[in-house]
Amino acid sequence: MEAHRHERDAVAPVIPLRTPEPAINPVGRTVAFLRRRLAGAYEVDEFGFDPDLNESVLLPIARALYEHWFRIDVEGLEHLPADGAALLVANHSGTLPMDALMLTVAVHDHAERPLRLLGADLVYQIPVLGHLARKAGHTLANPGDARRLLAKDELVGVFPEGFKGIGKPFAERYRLQRFGRGGFVRTALEAGAPIIPVAIVGAEEIYPKIADLRPLARLLGLPYFPVTPTFPLLGLGGLVPLPSRWLIEIGPPVELEEYGPDAADDPMTVFELTDHVREVVQQMVYDALMRRGSAFR
Amino acid sequence: MQARPSARVVLVTGVARSLGARVATALQADPGIERVIGVDTVAPPVTLGRTEFVRVDLRTPAIAGIIAAARVDTVVHLNLVTAPSGPRATIKELNVIGTMQLLAACQRAESMRRLVVRSSAAVYGSSPRDPAVFAETDEPARPPRHGFAKDAAEIEGYVRGLQRRRSDLSVSVLRFANFLGPGVDSPFTRYLALPVVPTVLGFDPRLQFLHEDDGVEVLRRMAVEDHPGWYNVAGDGVLLLSQTLRRAHRPTVPMPAQSISVLGDMGRRFGGMSGFSPELLRWLTYGRVMDTSRLADELAWRPEYTTEAALADFVAARPPGGTAPLDLFDRLTATLGR
Repeated sequence: MEAHRHERDAVAPVIPLRTPEPAINPVGRTVAFLRRRLAGAYEVDEFGFDPDLNESVLLPIARALYEHWFRIDVEGLEHLPADGAALLVANHSGTLPMDALMLTVAVHDHAERPLRLLGADLVYQIPVLGHLARKAGHTLANPGDARRLLAKDELVGVFPEGFKGIGKPFAERYRLQRFGRGGFVRTALEAGAPIIPVAIVGAEEIYPKIADLRPLARLLGLPYFPVTPTFPLLGLGGLVPLPSRWLIEIGPPVELEEYGPDAADDPMTVFELTDHVREVVQQMVYDALMRRGSAFR
Repeated sequence: MQARPSARVVLVTGVARSLGARVATALQADPGIERVIGVDTVAPPVTLGRTEFVRVDLRTPAIAGIIAAARVDTVVHLNLVTAPSGPRATIKELNVIGTMQLLAACQRAESMRRLVVRSSAAVYGSSPRDPAVFAETDEPARPPRHGFAKDAAEIEGYVRGLQRRRSDLSVSVLRFANFLGPGVDSPFTRYLALPVVPTVLGFDPRLQFLHEDDGVEVLRRMAVEDHPGWYNVAGDGVLLLSQTLRRAHRPTVPMPAQSISVLGDMGRRFGGMSGFSPELLRWLTYGRVMDTSRLADELAWRPEYTTEAALADFVAARPPGGTAPLDLFDRLTATLGR
């Protein structure tokens, strides 16, 4: 009997059993997560990116805003590459960098890749915000870090307008500012990574900046101190963003391969490409604005 | 890269301390090396085997006589005091003036072929404007202005000067990450040993560690092989401070940076503790990560211990810390899950 069964097993085709998925119930998952955090049993990369914390805590919070508050639509997802390096270049607005956060959610949820943003050094001076930005996978905007991330085949995101864009008055909404000094183009050329233009429409209305208290900003060492219809009038309540409707449009990649890495040393090429990318993003912003229609509905 | 004749007479500075003693021991095991001479201001606590110990104060020109008399061809300079173990002025003199005297002696000695200098990752400073990863060619965003980090930066400057004047010398400068391991005693290991570990409120720096065994191996290779240049040395991978403290089972208390330095000052004055130097505090606030690929390419070797493994080895050699919170958590979830 025993031998017979053995023989039958040997010829029977092996049907793999589906491995039971460990702790799929939310409570079990939370307990496992808390235990990992308590024991320090998780890994971060050299930038301090902590995927465990990002997926379990940071992204779900941002996703709630993304889905229920701003009700964001994304178009042009087919332009996001499934693998390989690329540099996403987007317009910047909204007084606080909510657009950066929302773009991270869009890319993570649709392309299933982390978006590594290049941020202002101010972010890394502010307690809590600085290390949370690192744990969410972001780093400081400098050529070295950008090069390193692109070399690791990451999706890198950059807002070349910087503070000029995010801190512009409400009256100038959806008008793109100067695109820095074109450092992002140089980095993309060196890395041979395509530039993917992105237009974000809706962030302009979340904190309409109607005035700027410059002396106070100087005192606090900030680039601007915004006055919005609700802030500082309502105190901390003024920090609740207005629930505008958003549309994020991802454009077709601007391929840079024809230029070759030497073009990075040619300032004229860099300036021309910078202007070209800026015009593309500006046009995409106008188109997306038309399609979105009214901001509050 | 081994065109030059290999080391025959090696001089190691700082042999009274654990790293120097271990490097001297590793070098004397090499049959190709005729003599290993160890120097320091105090006698080493352990015997060094066939290493000849000479008691000499590096701050005096006496070192030149030893190098000339023994026809030293390789100097491994490890005498960088990183711990605030005495008055700041004395340590600065040991570090900087001692190195200047040694380098002057090296420049004079015709027998000299190789110079290996221990420097520190601290030369990159720590600031919120830092790039995420420092390569050897990167300049610090904010150069260190205090303590041994400033000493190390100055020492590197003098080494560059010597290199200009003696272009025939092969010079290697090693920027070491923080050492960890069972035998390491540093301001950071003392920090980890505090009953309750203060952390800077709102910051969680990225740290890199190097196991002492790997440090010794790198120094041995640098002394007997020819790898001129500046190199970052650290274990692979990165740990956050919060992660480090959890893995070391240390209870923590976050507090503002100012109160940590006041607390450290009180500890130094009244409790005989080492206090928090400004550069340690900056490191514990902003952290620092180095790119070690240049060393890996040059030596075709990677440190045996990653940053994580170096910490694990350090933790395993210590008396077991309080795993109470974790045990409590496990017991609670076991009870609730039933």
